Amino acid sequence: MRSGNIFLKRNEVVFVVILSALLLVVFPMALDSFRLNLVGKYLTYAFVALGLVLCWGNAGILSLGQGIFFGLGGYGMAMFLKLEASSPEHTAIQSTPGIPDFMDWNQITELPAFWLPFHSLTLTIVAILVVPAVFAWIIGVAMFKRRVGGVYFAIITQAIAAILTILIVGQQGYTGGINGITDLRTLKGWDIRTDFAKEVLYFVNVALLLGCLLLAQFVRRSKYGRILVAIRDKEDRVRFSGYDVSNFKIFIFCFASVLAAIGGAMFTLQVGFMSPSFVGIVPSIEMVIYCAVGGRLSLFGAVYGTLFVNYAKTIFSESFPELWLFAMGALFIGVVMAFPNGLAGLWQAYAQPWFDRIGQRGAPRPISPAPISPTAAPAERRT
Amino acid sequence: MFEGYTLAELGSIFAMQGFAGLILFSVFVLMALGLAIIFGQMGVINMAHGEFMILGAYITYFTSNFFLNYLPALFSVYFFVAMILAFVGAGALGMLVEWGMIRHLYRRPLDTLLATWGLSLMLQQFYRSVFGAREVGVELPQWLIGSLPVTDVIEVPINGLFVMALTLLITVAVAVLMYRSRWGKQVRAVMQNRVMAGAVGIDTEKVDRYTFGIGCGIAGVAGSAFTMVGSTGPTSGQLYIVDTFLVVVFGGAQSLLGTIASAFVISQAQSTMEFFLSGSMAKVLTLLAVVGILMLRPQGLFVLKVRR
Repeated sequence: MRSGNIFLKRNEVVFVVILSALLLVVFPMALDSFRLNLVGKYLTYAFVALGLVLCWGNAGILSLGQGIFFGLGGYGMAMFLKLEASSPEHTAIQSTPGIPDFMDWNQITELPAFWLPFHSLTLTIVAILVVPAVFAWIIGVAMFKRRVGGVYFAIITQAIAAILTILIVGQQGYTGGINGITDLRTLKGWDIRTDFAKEVLYFVNVALLLGCLLLAQFVRRSKYGRILVAIRDKEDRVRFSGYDVSNFKIFIFCFASVLAAIGGAMFTLQVGFMSPSFVGIVPSIEMVIYCAVGGRLSLFGAVYGTLFVNYAKTIFSESFPELWLFAMGALFIGVVMAFPNGLAGLWQAYAQPWFDRIGQRGAPRPISPAPISPTAAPAERRT
Repeated sequence: MFEGYTLAELGSIFAMQGFAGLILFSVFVLMALGLAIIFGQMGVINMAHGEFMILGAYITYFTSNFFLNYLPALFSVYFFVAMILAFVGAGALGMLVEWGMIRHLYRRPLDTLLATWGLSLMLQQFYRSVFGAREVGVELPQWLIGSLPVTDVIEVPINGLFVMALTLLITVAVAVLMYRSRWGKQVRAVMQNRVMAGAVGIDTEKVDRYTFGIGCGIAGVAGSAFTMVGSTGPTSGQLYIVDTFLVVVFGGAQSLLGTIASAFVISQAQSTMEFFLSGSMAKVLTLLAVVGILMLRPQGLFVLKVRR
């Protein structure tokens, strides 16, 4: 194998090209501005799904609290945009000009200290990347060093998501409460509400997503990624071989949390607000289903799964709102019971052999057997 | 936070909030008992547990309406009929779910979590479509309305007392069932060593099904009791599910005593703080404390020593 494609096998290069073409060419050409913005919104969830593939599919850590990190990233960006939107000129009618409107409504007369760094875009971006990582690191150290895993980890992350939501809703004066942070206008003087801006943000989003996907793929393909799989399948053996299992888990959890935070920040930019309804238990579990539908072992599957579930959600909510929860519930049950490897599993089982046959017929010389990518893992072997 | 209250007032506040906490405690215990059986004994995460509880609440609501319209003479005792119906209804649905879904997933606990979450979404929508999105409350019989004055500042509501007595009764029944009956012995045997239990002639599949069914049945009874103190809507169950899981995990998943103790601590802490802080901050602080303690002591308060 050449050094150039050490982490992308030949067919995966094709997948990257297809996905890029779909996101960068087909969607912008085929969809109007509104729909394109909607796709952009869906794709921000794909960041979370990528993180979950690494965390859950590869390392066997199911976090039901990815909404926490999505929310931290989203709120970070929203705080910056809100401060820019509440300059003293814009908020002259308030009793305290220069602070966000919801603070004024809640009789707060001074900007709280933790809002101050968000005056600067650089600090905001640093915060978006660092705060979730630190938070995930604290959770990870507390849990994994004590060898807490599996369902306990899932329940505790879920509880933390619940706590954060209650806190955001309860501290209305500091966080905007249940309505969230709304009425965001400009980014460094550039109006983010125009159609043109939304298109630009869409492309930025897709570029970031593809970058994160390649980065995630790199992590998976590295020796580090193989150890993660080993941890998932037989944790004790890895530990007895002399690896410090908890550090590997903590790193991948932090990595997934940063991905989620990037998604959250892009969400705020494209949708124009952030609210606790994207932080709590329900959205966090929904993000897991995006990953499960796409295939918990496939990064590409995660992106397609996110698009598919959200597209279905939009269609259902527009036409048959009362059926959506049924469909969603059935999706959860069906994916878990019948298709544990999701869309990617179906692709591997049916489409891939067919393409391989075509390839063999067309190729003049016999090529080596189809590379077995980790997505082809036949069955769950976790106990 | 205690400024401006005299000592006597503080005493009464603590007593009243303590009593409110006891009602919360009863709901927690009833929900957590079923969950402790299912999660603690079987290792299955049942995210639809709250919806089983709501099923019991709806059954109680319809029974009360039925008695009100057709058997008004017997209205004062409808609750006992409703409780049995709730147990049977929720239990039967639980066994059906175990048969159709859970038994295929015993080796994949995280997947059970997702599948039962899907089930809970479907049940919620089912309740919303069939019973309406509005919250419903039951008509209490005459003898449950009112309150008993203890001192001139402290009053305890009768329905609260009734729910507590009911909780006590059900807890004792579950304890006897688990630790004194033949069936309980089989359940514990299966959970400690499934292969061995099968080898000595226990029908493990049947034990699984009945365990799950009884756990869900108790959730149904919990819902029945819940109607005495609160109103029921399609999503009421979801509000309690995370708290209840924390109660079970905090207590030490396999210990019934631990479940009760942790339900007591959490409910008392929450309701006492609620008076002095806002409701949301009380909940945040309680949950934070629980999560913090769980990070320091992941095995929970009470640990069952089992050699694995």
